[in-house]
Amino acid sequence: MLLAAPGQLVSVTALAQNPEMSAMAEEALAYPANHARAEEIYLLRPDLVLAGEYSTGPTVAMLRRLGVRVEVLPPAESIPAIRDQITHIGTLLDREAEAADLLARFDTDLKAATEHRDRGRAALYYANSFTSGGDTLAGTIVTAAGFRNIADDYGIRFTSPLPLELLVMSRPDRLITGAKWPGQSRSEAILDHPALAMLSPEKSEVTDADWVCGTPAVLNAIRSLE
Amino acid sequence: MKPLFTLLILLTAALVLASILTGPAGIDGLAGLKALILGGDGPVPIVMQEIRLPRAILGLAIGAGLGLTGAALQGYLRNPLAEPGLIGVSGMAALGAVIAIQTGLSVTAPLALPLAALTGAAIGVGLLMALAGPRGGSVTLILAGVAISALAGAGVTLVLNLSPNPYAANEIVFWLMGSLADRSILHVALAVPPMALGAVLVWTTRRGLDALTLGESAAGSMGVSAGGLRWRLVAGVALIVGPATAVAGAIGFVGLVVPHVLRPFVGARPSVLLPASALGGAVLLLAADIAVRLILPERDLKLGVLTAIVGAPLFLHLIWKTRSGGRV
Repeated sequence: MLLAAPGQLVSVTALAQNPEMSAMAEEALAYPANHARAEEIYLLRPDLVLAGEYSTGPTVAMLRRLGVRVEVLPPAESIPAIRDQITHIGTLLDREAEAADLLARFDTDLKAATEHRDRGRAALYYANSFTSGGDTLAGTIVTAAGFRNIADDYGIRFTSPLPLELLVMSRPDRLITGAKWPGQSRSEAILDHPALAMLSPEKSEVTDADWVCGTPAVLNAIRSLE
Repeated sequence: MKPLFTLLILLTAALVLASILTGPAGIDGLAGLKALILGGDGPVPIVMQEIRLPRAILGLAIGAGLGLTGAALQGYLRNPLAEPGLIGVSGMAALGAVIAIQTGLSVTAPLALPLAALTGAAIGVGLLMALAGPRGGSVTLILAGVAISALAGAGVTLVLNLSPNPYAANEIVFWLMGSLADRSILHVALAVPPMALGAVLVWTTRRGLDALTLGESAAGSMGVSAGGLRWRLVAGVALIVGPATAVAGAIGFVGLVVPHVLRPFVGARPSVLLPASALGGAVLLLAADIAVRLILPERDLKLGVLTAIVGAPLFLHLIWKTRSGGRV
């Protein structure tokens, strides 16, 4: 949506219209939604389909067999990966100039957003006691905002469970918890545990749509950690 | 008799202490105990008071509750296969708890969670007694239990799959297998008072259960009211199993194994077996809860997995004995 020429983008996935997960949900509402099913996508007769790595394999294989060009993009989990992705999509869409433009703005904003001294220790904590380390997008955002991620203390690079006890013992200055989904669940109840409240870090935040995907929207996430 | 109780009490106390001192944070034992009792600043008192203490208390209370209800149900139904987990009472309690959580009732009124689970457990145990009757044979009892368990399990799965929350479906495992991980002092406050009330109710049935071992007519002639005994048991079992399941999920086999192991030591007298089973249940559950933290500390191995590994072979053994004739 950031790079396509008017009329070039014919449909977005329904997930892009979900404000819980998409940083551009409002803009996405202007496009017809699809639900990543081979049949409906084929009927749109696209020249190019951009799929995520989480898209179901059989759907991608089916579209390719039907002669549709499908480009599978890996999720961008770091700042260099986001930059590469912008250039890559620009090339795929024949919009190199716009991509270079976007990249330049991204770099300027990133520089402005990340000029920080060391701001203390931060902990990411999600439902089912999961935390994210440095090789994930959330970890990248936390580090870019000038925090030291406590997951590093325990050698966690990716997203894996961290016992509540260890989280408390590491005494983070900031606690960033996962967003709550509609409906109730026991898995999310861990975020209401009194021990987390007693830990009383100076401030705690909740991750939102800006944290989900490696796009220029991560700048908003970095700024939100002020 | 005396040495058995002394041994069980000492074992329980030791395991409570071990439970408080076990955890991933690797806190030094003496420092941890000091922080637990005296409090202080820093993360250690939070870990000890808010994370480990509730876990130890719940292990003690739920284990004791399950052991006690197992012994009481076996005494009343005069059938060693009766056990809250196997006969579907825990499953019905889990269904009640899941409904309370998914409808949002438990958020508006915290008491709704144990109350809904209690109602589920009461329906389960009431249904079972109606189906199997006071003289129901093993087969009727187990068939009724299988039907109630299956119904409750299907209900839990259905409710969790209907939830808009992406995590809900994964929680089916918790409700079927049980866990004490990261429970807080709030859960203790919700579960322990009704469980204590239930234990008192069950305790009052001990003389009646003793009389019942001589047969129903003998018990009647000794002044035991069959109806009163039944209702006290149903209410007591529901008050114990309901809140226990609401905070820790359905943990099976504790009420089966413990009375079976202890019965030879106390003679077949329910009035002695009840307190012995309560202590034995606490010992078994605390030990299992320490084991899940030592075997796979990072995976939150479910408690019910361990109790089933111990309990299911015993259950098979009991069925085998029933099959080869004679009552067990």
